[in-house]
Amino acid sequence: MEDAARLLQLIVNGAAAGCIYGLIALGFVLIYKATEMVNFAQGEIMMLGAFVAYTLISHFGMSYWAGFLLAICITAVFGYLLDAVVLRRVIGQPQFAVVMLTLGLGFIFRAAAGIGWGYDPVGFNTPFTNRTVGAGSLILGQDNVSIIVGTVVLCGILFVFFSKTRVGVAMQASSQNQLAAYYMGIPVRRIFSLIWAIAAGVAAIAGILLSPVSMIDVNMGFLGIKAFAAAVIGGFGSIPGSVIGGVLVGIVEQLAGYYLPVGFQEVTSNVVLLGMLILRPQGLFAERMGKRV
Amino acid sequence: MRYLFRTDYRQDMALWRHKGDLFWYGLLVVGLLVIPMAMGEFYVGELGGLFIFAIAGVSLMLLVGYTGLISLGHSAFLGIGAYVNSVLLAKGVPFIVTLPAAGLFTALCGAAIGWPTLRMSGLYLAIATLAFGSIVGTIFQKWTSVTGGFDGFPVPTPDIFGYPIEGATGIYYVSLLVLIFVIWLTANLLRTPVGRAMVAIRDSEVSAQSMGIHIARYKALAFAISAGMTGLAGALFAHYVRYLAPDAFDVLLSVQFVTIVFVGGLGSIHGAVFGAIFVRLLPQAIAIVRDDLPFGIGRMPGLEPSLFGLVLVLVILFQPGGINGLWLKTKHWFQAFPLKRQASFRRQKSYARSERLK
Repeated sequence: MEDAARLLQLIVNGAAAGCIYGLIALGFVLIYKATEMVNFAQGEIMMLGAFVAYTLISHFGMSYWAGFLLAICITAVFGYLLDAVVLRRVIGQPQFAVVMLTLGLGFIFRAAAGIGWGYDPVGFNTPFTNRTVGAGSLILGQDNVSIIVGTVVLCGILFVFFSKTRVGVAMQASSQNQLAAYYMGIPVRRIFSLIWAIAAGVAAIAGILLSPVSMIDVNMGFLGIKAFAAAVIGGFGSIPGSVIGGVLVGIVEQLAGYYLPVGFQEVTSNVVLLGMLILRPQGLFAERMGKRV
Repeated sequence: MRYLFRTDYRQDMALWRHKGDLFWYGLLVVGLLVIPMAMGEFYVGELGGLFIFAIAGVSLMLLVGYTGLISLGHSAFLGIGAYVNSVLLAKGVPFIVTLPAAGLFTALCGAAIGWPTLRMSGLYLAIATLAFGSIVGTIFQKWTSVTGGFDGFPVPTPDIFGYPIEGATGIYYVSLLVLIFVIWLTANLLRTPVGRAMVAIRDSEVSAQSMGIHIARYKALAFAISAGMTGLAGALFAHYVRYLAPDAFDVLLSVQFVTIVFVGGLGSIHGAVFGAIFVRLLPQAIAIVRDDLPFGIGRMPGLEPSLFGLVLVLVILFQPGGINGLWLKTKHWFQAFPLKRQASFRRQKSYARSERLK
């Protein structure tokens, strides 16, 4: 029984970490589906969101929930402006130019965060810090549970948003066929910027949910690299796929950390990623399409 | 202004466009050969480092600038070359064998990683090479019986036919030789059908394929050649740093290499060298002005990577031709004086090329 409980514990912890990967991957996928750009700075945007929340809650004395919402809004506006001011200019340049551009932006964000908030890890009090829920012999941290619950709720909200609201349907339309969407009177450029805003907002949520588990620091954005594995497993095109991929990566990582020798845990996500790309590059959840010349 | 009238197809393929090229490049090489006699140890050492970065830059230029593939894992190839060279040297193999062996082994690694990943679009390649780079970096750290782990690995002094290559001057000359070889190889490669196939793949995969170019094969070839040349740079890098530590070969180094290519100017060998000069000079320039900067910016820990990031962003947004493009524009301005027109270098309106399957 001991072993089963431990295994379950590992799986829940892994799923919680995986939800964070999934949320970052969700941002990758949203942006990629719409604009065919990959935002290598997504992890850094998550870091900025977490730092903004930290400032609002610890320095301005806002309550956790108010700070949470305001931080999401601020980060979303930042994402909107990022697209409208910077990324819209590189449309038409080769794709790797965009890769390098967002990588460069990531370095700049990291430096800016270092200037603004310093290089020491910080944290703030949340309603979930250092509390546990027990279920039988299983003892779970509320912080981990909050991540999982938050991800599920967020996915529900996004699902409703994309299938029921006018803007959501417009977003789907413009990512399926830009030209047709444009002809139908959808302001495609504004929609793309809005998608960047949503991706940034989701990243901020990930950062804030993560903050009780690990401290907020400048290098937290490196999680973004692990999130690539999640996005690739999901096929880089499916939103539920990326979250499921994230959870898978998180669980595999936890199990590898427990059963394999030291040092394997850090590379697990990369090995999973490379293996996936070699064996099944279209991902687990993508439909196959042919190319028409 | 010189006009080139071509009367023969051979002229089109010639390595030198005209006699002037031969003269100026010859002068440059002679100048570089003389420099160590006139300059101090420090500058010669820095120039040697610059040559090593230029070798890596040229190799990545072949991949990014000419074949249109991105790699964020070239620091891993540099590391593989460095470790293969040093480990073989420590086993008593002569340097004249270990240097090509490092290049060949790295090329094999490049082909091995390139073959499965190159079927994917550019974006996946960026991610896959990033993952590959970090896996190799971890292997360098954990495989302590060979690499020495974090304790590092002292690189033996190489010798060629009994003459030891010592100090900054030795590394300088060997690096210069390898750099000239690599540039010569790349320039020649680009004149052959193989090189033209690579450029065709860069410009349009679909039309290259319709012309009968085996895309996967040429991409893997480009990847292998590029990795192999980076392996050569790595072997020299080991002697440049003299003490190998695994944390030297991280993602940041890969980003520096790609910065060389972008800042220098995509699609030109000159650009790779210009970019290497820029990337090697920037840290020195920062070191000089560090104490004079206001608000303590100079003592900020992440100053160097963020400046690299900033330059990369500015170049991509405002000067896609890089330093080489700037040089061409300046040259044109003087050559056409006073007839320079606003429209001479106006960027054409371009559209996103979709990689999406439709």
